[in-house]
Amino acid sequence: MLQQAAMAESKAKTEMVTGADLLLEALEKEKVEVIFGYPGGAVLPIYDKLYDSKILHVLPRHEQGGIHAAEGYARISGKPGVVIATSGPGATNIVTGLTDAMMDSLPLVVFTGQVPTNVIGSDAFQEADVLGITTPITKYNYQVRRIEDIPRIVKEAFFIATSGRPGPVLIDIPKDIAATVSKPPEEQEIKLPGYQPTVQPNYLQIRKLSEAVSRAKKPVILAGAGVLLGQASSELKEYAEQQQLPVIHTLLGLGGFPADHQLFVGMAGMHGCYASNMGLSECDLLINIGARFDDRLTGNLQFFAPHATVAHIDIDPAEIGKNVPTAIPVVADAKEALKELIKQNGKPPAHSEWLEQIHKWQEEYPYHYGESDTLKPQKVLEMLYEKTAGDAIVVTDVGQHQMWAAQYYQFKKANRWVTSGGLGTMGFGLPASIGAQLADPERCVIAVLGDGGFQMSTQELTVIKELNLPIKIAIFNNLSLGMVRQWQEIFYDKRYSHSKIPIQPSFVKLAEAYGIKGYEINTAEEAEVLFEEVLNSREPVLLDIRIDPDENVYPMIAPGKGLHEMVGVKP
Amino acid sequence: MKKIISMTVLNRPGVLNRITNLFSKRNYNIESISVGLTEQEGVSRITCVIHVESDREAEQITKQLNKQIDILKVTDISDQAIVARELALIKVLTTPQTRNELYALIEPFRAAVIDISKDSLVIQITGESDKIEAFIELIKPYGIKELARTGTTAFPRGTQKPVNPQKTYSIV
Repeated sequence: MLQQAAMAESKAKTEMVTGADLLLEALEKEKVEVIFGYPGGAVLPIYDKLYDSKILHVLPRHEQGGIHAAEGYARISGKPGVVIATSGPGATNIVTGLTDAMMDSLPLVVFTGQVPTNVIGSDAFQEADVLGITTPITKYNYQVRRIEDIPRIVKEAFFIATSGRPGPVLIDIPKDIAATVSKPPEEQEIKLPGYQPTVQPNYLQIRKLSEAVSRAKKPVILAGAGVLLGQASSELKEYAEQQQLPVIHTLLGLGGFPADHQLFVGMAGMHGCYASNMGLSECDLLINIGARFDDRLTGNLQFFAPHATVAHIDIDPAEIGKNVPTAIPVVADAKEALKELIKQNGKPPAHSEWLEQIHKWQEEYPYHYGESDTLKPQKVLEMLYEKTAGDAIVVTDVGQHQMWAAQYYQFKKANRWVTSGGLGTMGFGLPASIGAQLADPERCVIAVLGDGGFQMSTQELTVIKELNLPIKIAIFNNLSLGMVRQWQEIFYDKRYSHSKIPIQPSFVKLAEAYGIKGYEINTAEEAEVLFEEVLNSREPVLLDIRIDPDENVYPMIAPGKGLHEMVGVKP
Repeated sequence: MKKIISMTVLNRPGVLNRITNLFSKRNYNIESISVGLTEQEGVSRITCVIHVESDREAEQITKQLNKQIDILKVTDISDQAIVARELALIKVLTTPQTRNELYALIEPFRAAVIDISKDSLVIQITGESDKIEAFIELIKPYGIKELARTGTTAFPRGTQKPVNPQKTYSIV
């Protein structure tokens, strides 16, 4: 009798689950492959379950590194990046990454620990109002209040993060909820009556746009990150070829359209090429696909595309008409809209003169840089491009090197480019390259960094060593915060206030301290030899590339100026 | 210009915070906001009165609100035939001499006195914001001790007369 009772009891016990069990089960259901997480008091119940989990857990050396790695992973894999941070400081350390992902529409599902329910609001140890802090910087956030809601909330979070315009979703889990034992709850359906993203375009708007294309004399496509997020690059190519439309990219859109295509114009914006910026200024029909008319792209709105009828395809209706008045709005997924446009098979516009004009601009005013004794960063990027046949994944930090990479590395395919565009987060590049390499383990990943940004996340070198990720860390070292220095040179009378950082550690020795091979490069010849040697190796390498410290990024549009007011277009 | 935005929202924790957060994040100017339950369980109605520079700005606000996952429906009802009401409680100083005068003012506004003490009385008035403003102006000289306004709550009338008939017609 007694034995039977004990057996029944133990059977009941094995059927009981904790909140942490439910969480991991839900993550497995979502086919999560990798978690970027950092343990701490409030997430201990979750970490106890992770101890037995098959999901790969990557331990960054700072939570901010973890969330940037998740962003890199999301950008390359197209799947949501998953992050775990503990309560209080763990949660506040991921705030920058959340904002960055929100600005650049990257799908993330982020879990934060929270102090136990009974002490929430009492300023408990490591307590922070995470919901309050993250509401404006997440697509949505939750605090779990009942253990039985965990499976539904996780399901909803993944759905919200990846559908419509992607973005970060945060789930705050009080410690007691993760530790509570309960019977397995009944399955709950997703309940989101207020969330129905429009995916299919309105047929009448598509027809209107198609007719406008046929009538246009000077049409251009402006393709943004929406093309990449919507996996619409092959449709974009097909449509551009069908209608013979020149394609201009935003910074974040690079790779959406092959850079070696005869219809490719280049990147537009503050440091975009002459042909792209003039193309936008002179066009009579501007078809924006998945770009948000950011101020770094448009320059002064007063002078932006003054002659153009603007059509805008975007999955987020709030982006349409936000900055630029739009005549033909199309709320839809880029892929679906482009498919419909291809189906229309409209008469291509009669615009051979326009195409000639664009080609003339391209030939007359290409990106250019001067020759000197010092190593030019542009030269280095051209070499990296050639040595990798334009097929590497390029991850950048923020600043001059980022612009040079965007200008000189010719992206031929989608999902080869990871950069922090909207928020411009220094320290993003190194950890993001970890996520990118994990998402595409076989491909050559080059982390193009500045000496400033590298020092904001140096600690993540350990992770690269630990996982033996064959990332090529290329530090474009100009002993300064280059973009700040450039602005001070041009706009602040060469008063270099705190932008020069001549005192630096030896990056080569630093790499060695982390067990990573490091090399210093001072000349193009050295670069030539070393690139040949290291780019195909299967281990991490750090390259301290000493570039011309006075080099500036050109062409450039000064803040407040229009796209047609570029400086530095001619040598 | 003034706009009245009416929305239905899921009655979830933090929903009001999401909305006010959005207003501050996007630098929108809010005049009043009122929240209350509706006939549907778990659904609340929020009515906002906002100041905008242009119709485009109002459209942008509506779109940003619509993007919020807890918001079910957003309507800019400024150009519709609507019923809009606000309630105000006003504590006014009185003396035996002014009390009767005040009663005379209250009557045409269909306000009501809901509390009287030795030297003050509390007036309750409902109506559109303009009416309440006019009444407050009138009462001011007597000395307002305390004032509480609820903000406008509103929805469209059952029958909509065409407010802005289309002036241009196209035959294609």
